[in-house]
Amino acid sequence: MEKFVTRMGDGFRVEMTEADIRRDIEEGTQDASKRAKIPPLTEDEIKYLVELFESPENEIGVKKGNEVVLSYDSGTTKFKRANVSVSKIQSLQIYERMCGSDTLELAHIDYSFKAVKPIVVFEQPILEQALLMTIPPLFYGAMPNLGLYSQPDGPCPNPADLLPQGKIAEARASYEQAIEHAIKDMVYVGSEMYESGADGINFDTAAAAGDAEFLATLKAIEILRKKYPQMCIMMGMAGEFILGMHGEVYYQGVRLAGLYPHKQLELAEKAGVTIFGPTTNIVTNRSLPWNIARAVTFAKACADQAHIPCHACMGMGVGGVPLTLSPPIDALSRASKAMVEIGRMDGL
Amino acid sequence: MGVGDPFGMAIAHGITSGMGGIRTAGDLVARMQMTRGMKIREAKEYVAKKLGVSVMDISDPVVMAEVREELDIGMVNAVPRVTKGMDAKFRIAEILGIEINCVNRFKRKIGLLA
Repeated sequence: MEKFVTRMGDGFRVEMTEADIRRDIEEGTQDASKRAKIPPLTEDEIKYLVELFESPENEIGVKKGNEVVLSYDSGTTKFKRANVSVSKIQSLQIYERMCGSDTLELAHIDYSFKAVKPIVVFEQPILEQALLMTIPPLFYGAMPNLGLYSQPDGPCPNPADLLPQGKIAEARASYEQAIEHAIKDMVYVGSEMYESGADGINFDTAAAAGDAEFLATLKAIEILRKKYPQMCIMMGMAGEFILGMHGEVYYQGVRLAGLYPHKQLELAEKAGVTIFGPTTNIVTNRSLPWNIARAVTFAKACADQAHIPCHACMGMGVGGVPLTLSPPIDALSRASKAMVEIGRMDGL
Repeated sequence: MGVGDPFGMAIAHGITSGMGGIRTAGDLVARMQMTRGMKIREAKEYVAKKLGVSVMDISDPVVMAEVREELDIGMVNAVPRVTKGMDAKFRIAEILGIEINCVNRFKRKIGLLA
């Protein structure tokens, strides 16, 4: 029986038969469907994915005319992480002139709004200078990162210390305190960078610390939207499921804990988000056929109801991309193509 | 997109699914998503109409190199006398009929806008 080479969620190669691939795709889409109460992939879409994984090519691509807009999180730090000795502006020029990037993003190496706040005056001149010499839209991006507001890094008692002691009310009070600090920082940095000319602000990896962080982000976006009606606001999520670390926080009457991407999107639209980034986490001990089928099922449910453009988060360990710092091209290109053509995303 | 080495992430996504930025009209389509909240099909149709080309043309680097040079909205290759930054964005704002934040701020700096 013929076997096809694909990969596991951690990126290591694995051989699967057509029956194995089909079974994993069916299980992956059913998993997303049951968790989020959304439709699974159709038989035609399953067949499309089976053929995608049977294709012997290394790199594959979307059909001509199906290309989408690409946006980037933590854009300028990628070259620094790769130990390339270039400035932030040079990084942006490399994206623009050598990577064919549709959009650019300036970022601080400590990619969090709290960390940017004290150095924002050093980021603004870089942005202002970059805007003079680049053409694509330029975002400024950072993460809400509510964890930084807990002791010892921040001012609030640490919920991770309080919860094991059974101090539920105290932990919730700490989250509520952190929310207020985070909103101030996000609005301050977002305002400063927009006043310096940024085309948009990217709130990346939103809700990484759970429902309290999601609330802080939505409230900050709401404030910025009222303050700057023309501002492009992009919000990329941290995961497919909002963790109920607080458990009792609501936005416009909706409990945030437990929301899946298509429900996260509804609140994003209400808060004033311009571009929404749904995310699906990888499961490393399941195959890519399983992971990609699952990811595009979540994404498709967003695309079906979105009134705004959706750019799926497709970095390492999300969106069907293996959890490895050097993503294999065969794996990444399959995830990328499936997310555009089955997930029907407006961008990645 | 997100974390991963630039070749395996930014370049690989770009070749697989990306429009190509200023090699084509990717930056212009992105601007319509960002300023008008257009979804991909509507944004492409809008840009194609404004540039006077087909939707297929706006992802084609050969056609778009000529269009971009003719409209003087910046090109990926270094061509003498072609716009390269803010000057290109002045023209893009006018051609697409959109407001660009940094263009307006630049205009205010030099007294072209109140």
